[in-house]
Amino acid sequence: MANFNIDDTVDITDVVCPTTFVKAKVALEELDDGQILSVKMNDGEPVQNVPRSIKEEGHQILKLIDNEDGTYNLIVKKVGD
Amino acid sequence: MAIDYATLKKGGFMRQKQKNNFSLRLRVVGGNLSAVQLAKIAEVADKFGDGHVHLTSRQSVEIPFIKLDDIDEVKKALGEGGVEPGVCGPRVRTVTACQGEAICPSGCIDTYGLAKELDNRYFARELPHKFKFGITGCQNNCLKAEENDLGIKGGIKVSWRESDCIQCGVCVKACRTEALSLIDGKIVLDKEKCNYCGRCLKACPTEAWDAVHGYIVSFGGLFGNSISKGETIIPFIDNHDKLMEVCDAAIQFFDDNANAGERFKFTIERIGKEKFKEEILEAYNNG
Repeated sequence: MANFNIDDTVDITDVVCPTTFVKAKVALEELDDGQILSVKMNDGEPVQNVPRSIKEEGHQILKLIDNEDGTYNLIVKKVGD
Repeated sequence: MAIDYATLKKGGFMRQKQKNNFSLRLRVVGGNLSAVQLAKIAEVADKFGDGHVHLTSRQSVEIPFIKLDDIDEVKKALGEGGVEPGVCGPRVRTVTACQGEAICPSGCIDTYGLAKELDNRYFARELPHKFKFGITGCQNNCLKAEENDLGIKGGIKVSWRESDCIQCGVCVKACRTEALSLIDGKIVLDKEKCNYCGRCLKACPTEAWDAVHGYIVSFGGLFGNSISKGETIIPFIDNHDKLMEVCDAAIQFFDDNANAGERFKFTIERIGKEKFKEEILEAYNNG
């Protein structure tokens, strides 16, 4: 995994849309501005839609990492409130 | 005095089962009504109808149980609230639209602006048969563009801007047509697979895409007694004036060639798809 200092992780592979985004959003709310969250999500609808929803919330997406097991880790930097 | 039903229908008055009662169709553009218009519609429905309205399948409003004797008074009252009667019969009908980019995060074009423009240009134009325009903002197709005689769907043509790309890979997964791949730090776009949905751009954290907004136009859609999906001739029209030239040419083809009571699809098939295509391409290239 590239050079990211992950402050917290959340696994949203156990929920379905729209709870996927909600769970990621709640995890981001726990962080301070500038901290980095890794969000583990399933292939398919979550990886198609969750990154865009997080972007639209104003956070900064740094990387999408393919775990090559049908899941992805989205690395997100929290931006403001 | 004999009742002229054709004239009433032209003015939006639909004859009901109940004798001397009419359901008055209103002029609505792109599915939008102001609060002032709604209040006036409510008042008229209460005073002259039976206190209810019907929302039609194509974004209009009808006020049922209007009495023949009240027609002039009803029109005057509606006019005070900026509401006009709609139309039925062989002419250009309500121009429908989704909310588009003004409201919807998925929208690629200003659907309402375009609906108003088409309404000004064509609404109620007399033709051999009904003619329906529908405008949808993106590939989600909430407004079902291809079920209209002329459907317009918004799209975005993208080209990758390497200087702003952080190689995160989000766009590759956001794409639903597998048109994108990340190869050796570069995004490769397969133009054959791209459907202009714009999801790559909308998902991109740095918006590292140059975007041209445009229109995907379909012709000859039907969703009544016969069901048929409108077909596209030009994959992507990126110029507003060209779009208008194409719309003008399509409606003129219908006006010139259709038999009375013949929908656009059947006119195109009877005269020939190739002939129609030639005229559309002529308008697009040289209009």
